[in-house]
Amino acid sequence: MSLVERQDTISQDSSVWDGGMGSVSDYVALLKPRVMSLVIFTAFVGLMLAPGSVHPVLGAVAILCIAIGAGASGALNMWYDADIDRIMSRTRNRPIPAGKVTGDEALAFGITLSIGSVVTLGLLVNWFAGAFLAFTIFFYVVVYTMWLKRSTPQNIVIGGAAGAFPPMIGWASVTGSVSLESFVLFLIIFMWTPPHFWALALFKSVDYRAAGVPMLPVVAGETSTRHHILVYSLLLAPVGVAPYLLGFAGPVYGAAAALLGLTFLALAADVWRKRDGDVARLACVRLFKYSIFYLFMLFALLLGESLVAGA
Amino acid sequence: MTQEEPGITLTDEQKKKRRSRSIAIAVVLGALVVLFYVVTIVKLGPGIMDRAL
Repeated sequence: MSLVERQDTISQDSSVWDGGMGSVSDYVALLKPRVMSLVIFTAFVGLMLAPGSVHPVLGAVAILCIAIGAGASGALNMWYDADIDRIMSRTRNRPIPAGKVTGDEALAFGITLSIGSVVTLGLLVNWFAGAFLAFTIFFYVVVYTMWLKRSTPQNIVIGGAAGAFPPMIGWASVTGSVSLESFVLFLIIFMWTPPHFWALALFKSVDYRAAGVPMLPVVAGETSTRHHILVYSLLLAPVGVAPYLLGFAGPVYGAAAALLGLTFLALAADVWRKRDGDVARLACVRLFKYSIFYLFMLFALLLGESLVAGA
Repeated sequence: MTQEEPGITLTDEQKKKRRSRSIAIAVVLGALVVLFYVVTIVKLGPGIMDRAL
């Protein structure tokens, strides 16, 4: 049972067909291109760090399939969440609430791309990676979107796993398996997701409250959210250094990850300290923006080191 | 004689959007054909020349 029940909207006038109005760019928007770019990048790093080698064409196919699978998840998420997307300022211009694409069209698009990406990855690269991609889509759409998002404030903690799987799929595309190293890449994104989204939720809590989504600031309050952000940042900082500690990243990465982690922690402490007014909001915005930079830098450094080592 | 169902009549805007989507689908399908062709050659490697006479 969800705290927020999904509401379908059905056109009252059966003589009017409101479909067929989506342009190509509307369908591209359904794929959540910005999320997709992060997925492509992290999956690519996973693929590059994996031991062994893969033919560049097959590597490109793997990344393409992972990207399309992530896009399909985004389309299915927008199909299911259209009712709450209409309410929130951040999401009300998405193709379905904006009336450009119907829910049925988004559903068909999402399912087609999901099946296409999984089957293509399985046939052309390997079936372990294909199955992993299928599980990731299932986890994001069914476990996160349909179940957790509307029922628990821990939604993004558990649901964050879906966004953390791509580097493991990239790794599995080369090795056909998972390993401790690929799990650490997963763990970095998994631990990063809660403070990243809670910083956003703190300055967008009005939106989430209006939509009835039980984000942590809405359910447990802003003070509790600030405690959570600080605790997760304390856990994230050492996890960020783990690739160096476990020996699959060099000292440059280790030093940079430590510095980046300490900065993350300082900004999280700033969010924790500043509770009211514009300064509090500014601290949340700064942490949110920095968190994106932090994750990008960790993976860019891992990629850079692997390229230097391979040269 | 049965009367023909009127069905849905698309507006000019819907026809225009459908055409652009159709072109995009054609491009994607064409790209998939090329992709599968290239991957077949990559996977078979030199074996592609290995034909029984």
